[in-house]
Amino acid sequence: MIKVNLLKPDNKNLSLFLSLGSLFFVLGIFDFYSNNFLNTNITSFLPRIINFFTPLIFSVIGLHFFRIEFSGVKILDNINKNINTSNFNAVLSVIIILLIIFALPPLLNWLIFDANIAGDTKEACTGGGACWVYIKVWFNRFMYGMYPNAEQWRINVTFIAVLAFMAAGFFVPTRLRNYLSFYYTILLPIISFILIYYIISGGSFGLEWVETGAWGGLSLTFIVSFFSLIFCFPLGMMLALGRRSNLPVVKYSSISFIEFWRGVPLITVLFMSAVMFPMFLPDGTYVDKLIRVVVAITLFEAAYTAEVIRGGLQALPRGQYDAAKSLGMGYWKMHIFVILPQALKLVIPGIANTFLALIKDTPLIFVVGLLEVVGMLNLAKANPKWLGFSMEGYVFAGTIFWIICYSMSKYSQNLELKYKTDR
Amino acid sequence: MFKYLKQLTSLVAMVAVLFAFTTETMAAKKSKTLKNTQKKGFVRCGVSQGLPGFSNADAAGNWTGVDVDVCRAVAAAVLGDANKVKFTPLSAKERFTALTSGEIDILSRNTTWTLSRDADIGLTFVGVNFYDGQGFMVRKDSGITSTSQFKNGISACTNIGTTTELNMRDFFNSKGISYEPVAFEKADEVVAAYDSGRCDTYTTDKSGLAAQRTKMTNPNDHIVLPETISKEPLGPVVRQGDAVWEDIVRWSLNVMIEAEEYGINSTNADSMKTSDNPQIKRLVGSEGELGAAFGLDNDWSLRIIKQVGNYGESYKRNIADTGILPDRGPNQIWTKGGLLYVPPAR
Amino acid sequence: MKFKKILPQLLTLLFIVLIFGFFTMNAQENMDTRGIEFGFGFLKQEASFDIQFSLIDYDGSHSYARAYLVGLLNTLLVAFIGIILATLLGAVVGIARLSPNYLIKKTASFYIEFFRNIPLLLQIFFWYFAALRALPMPEDAPLLLNSSFMTIKGLYAPAPIWTNFNIFFITLIIAMILIFFFSRYAKKKQEIEGKQLPVLLISSTIFIGLPLLTFLIGGVDLSFSFPVIRQMSQSSYTFDGGFKIPPELIALTLALTLYTATFIAENVRAGIQGIGKGQKEAAASIGLTPSQVLKLVIMPQALRIIIPPTTNQYLNLTKNSSLAAAIAYPDLVLVFAGTAMMQTGKAIEIVGITMATYLTISLAISLLMNWYNKRIAIQEK
Repeated sequence: MIKVNLLKPDNKNLSLFLSLGSLFFVLGIFDFYSNNFLNTNITSFLPRIINFFTPLIFSVIGLHFFRIEFSGVKILDNINKNINTSNFNAVLSVIIILLIIFALPPLLNWLIFDANIAGDTKEACTGGGACWVYIKVWFNRFMYGMYPNAEQWRINVTFIAVLAFMAAGFFVPTRLRNYLSFYYTILLPIISFILIYYIISGGSFGLEWVETGAWGGLSLTFIVSFFSLIFCFPLGMMLALGRRSNLPVVKYSSISFIEFWRGVPLITVLFMSAVMFPMFLPDGTYVDKLIRVVVAITLFEAAYTAEVIRGGLQALPRGQYDAAKSLGMGYWKMHIFVILPQALKLVIPGIANTFLALIKDTPLIFVVGLLEVVGMLNLAKANPKWLGFSMEGYVFAGTIFWIICYSMSKYSQNLELKYKTDR
Repeated sequence: MFKYLKQLTSLVAMVAVLFAFTTETMAAKKSKTLKNTQKKGFVRCGVSQGLPGFSNADAAGNWTGVDVDVCRAVAAAVLGDANKVKFTPLSAKERFTALTSGEIDILSRNTTWTLSRDADIGLTFVGVNFYDGQGFMVRKDSGITSTSQFKNGISACTNIGTTTELNMRDFFNSKGISYEPVAFEKADEVVAAYDSGRCDTYTTDKSGLAAQRTKMTNPNDHIVLPETISKEPLGPVVRQGDAVWEDIVRWSLNVMIEAEEYGINSTNADSMKTSDNPQIKRLVGSEGELGAAFGLDNDWSLRIIKQVGNYGESYKRNIADTGILPDRGPNQIWTKGGLLYVPPAR
Repeated sequence: MKFKKILPQLLTLLFIVLIFGFFTMNAQENMDTRGIEFGFGFLKQEASFDIQFSLIDYDGSHSYARAYLVGLLNTLLVAFIGIILATLLGAVVGIARLSPNYLIKKTASFYIEFFRNIPLLLQIFFWYFAALRALPMPEDAPLLLNSSFMTIKGLYAPAPIWTNFNIFFITLIIAMILIFFFSRYAKKKQEIEGKQLPVLLISSTIFIGLPLLTFLIGGVDLSFSFPVIRQMSQSSYTFDGGFKIPPELIALTLALTLYTATFIAENVRAGIQGIGKGQKEAAASIGLTPSQVLKLVIMPQALRIIIPPTTNQYLNLTKNSSLAAAIAYPDLVLVFAGTAMMQTGKAIEIVGITMATYLTISLAISLLMNWYNKRIAIQEK
């Protein structure tokens, strides 16, 4: 007589437990599916509270029957080890599975199956899903802001040129490698600034002048982030070194600078640059809005970068400093050739985090009236011809940012692994 | 000793640069807005972020509106071409600081003329180009036809930092009604909040209500209540401290209004040069030396009338013909019963 | 030799003085030309504007200084609620990230990666302009938990009406003091005798039981005022009674919590993973169950790694609450550096005060956490 203990599944009655388990599990899932999507309730004869929980109960019972230790079936063992180790785990797993079933089909419907992408006007959005026509029509604006359509090739050209200059650093012959850091910290910003000033801003060489108020969209996000990144890095390095210096004036002024910028929110800094800063300049001088914003964000991020680099400097063993000094290196030589290269390798994830935070902070420039992606989104949302499509806009902008930030964080993780020099 | 020469030289260089910078700026103080404008070749005009009828940009980037026309009149007078204007859309928060900081030279953004704004923040109002009042907008299906039907607990949407916010409080207090103020920074957000049902009523200048209604999902579902709860004289603003520029802007607006008073418009302006009325002749520049008072040539007023039109023409093409406010109300010449009474240009 | 040290410092000092002097000189000159006065006297003037949501008594007849206080309290309210919720959610997600259960681990990772890589401003906009605007109007709102309504105008919940609240409050304080002393006694007893008292059970009984006792014998009474729908016009309704939480506050708290919890979750995970495997194995070898291992061995040590970056996140949350200026939540930035600045025109003074306030809050939180850090560090043997 084979003993079957329903409360303790074992692999002696494998087929029985497997069939029982599958039966209950599928029953639970089907119950849930029919409740929500087919609008029929197969357990409606039960009182309301129990009725609500029947999918959960059935599925958990099913998983209970699956929980056979050492069943010998590889797939079953894998599943058990991962999601079915105890009743509590089984309940959680079932809840997650049910949530996925609940949320995924309507989401996919809205995103893809019922969505419209062909057409040019609001009337082309006939389905109940997302209206990607809206994104398609406004795509130029989201990318380039209010920049005149005919001149948008200038932005493309400039970006490609800057990328080319950045990539050129990888192809220099070895004897010029020493000058790479000089190239990146000094030459590249100057070249990019000249490119942007003459090509995107225009005004000479036959190119029409486009004021910075008209720049916008994703291209503006990149421009602001790029310049803030390039300038906040050397400034942050100087501040970090200053904070660790022995000269009291330098040390305390660095500390006050860093703590000040770290203690205030970016939005007040931007308010200050938009509203207060013009008062501090001589009468008649007018600094362009975009330059003011880039300066504000640079100073702000430099403080955070300084703290990150300081962490790296502190983590270096004293032996490095002593050894460099014993070779007769002065302060600057020691830092440039021995300390900073090692410290920077240590803090790559921290710096990548700061850069990521910078990119995620760029939408705040709407307070000074510059419209990057999120700002253009709000503008498009209010256009009378396209009311009611705010959700599509948010999904679009969210996706763009998500792709950028996620790729950057993965890249920084790769960098960290690549530069990991174990001591 | 020579080791420190490098540091000493940088010290001296820094001091010299800063010194030169400050002396240079002291010298630059003497230039006026007019000189700058003529040097730049365009008038810098601050406008709203999109208010139909007052300052609104179309898809190609062309700005139209009665506020826009004020700036164009100044450009016609000072630079000879009404199209030499650069428009800067400003939010309510930065409009005054953009003016005081020098980012723009005229703020033509349907700004209410109040004492505190005139006296306290370094600005000067140079006239009224639209007499308006604050009102309320509600949904037609609410059945409300008068502000006396407002009940306790009503939620009202408006813009922050405006006279509207202050007047709204005075109004509800005087009626003893408790209300919930929901104030956003951007006009578009206010409209969206009211349209979606977050607020029961939307309050701002009645011209603004009429204009923003065109931006709602169903403009015909909303009505503007008849009561006017405050005076809102809207007009252009300039920086304090440049008296000649003030006068130029003031009289550019006055010329537009006086031209309509005397029946001069953009089509008949040239023919009016030989009119019998000496005031008309002064307005079209064929008599008198009015331009010299500002440092302009004598055709300044003729250019305004010909390129921008008189007040009535501006009103008609921007506000009446677009259906926003067909009835001119108080914005009519005083001889026809309105409030537009300007000092004579002589 | 000393000269070498003095010269760079002199240069720096000169540089700083020149920059500040340049700015101040220009500001003074500009204000003179424009006729603007510098001064803080405006704080005593009447504000003349109302604020939608305020924790203290306020209306337009109060001064700007009081409006500042209202904004500050609103900011602290959002920060406080946000910190508590984000910590709870972050701890749960962080521990879930380490679970052996594949589904739970992947869900936690998905949550972290999703909400971390989207800008906070976009999330706030989404919750406020898209999600909460889709809520029903008051007349269509379903009844939740038999008492509350979630509508486009806000969350209407029943408001508690106390009689003799002070007695209840004092009893609560007494209960907390008793629990504090009891837990110290229990700890001492465990160290000396090795016996473990059911601290959690007894503390909960005291915490719940004692105040409940006041209902029976202290004359304390609690009743609720429920939101009741009232028609204001043919198509608009509102609720009377109960208290209302504006949707702006809900959207801001939701966005801040979901965003900050991702960072806290990563910190918690790093903290727990930072404990050497040896600790877990040693604890298991003396017979502790997995939950005891977590509670008695892992968490106390992990807390030391978790606390410093988490306080940084608290600071970030407080500073990020300033984004309320983008939606109509009346926090410090919107009320003071927004409305008050636009009505008075005193930009320098107001922005200065706002920045000083945030600096003070940041420094206070930093100091508090530094003290806490030092305290738990000393206990290391």
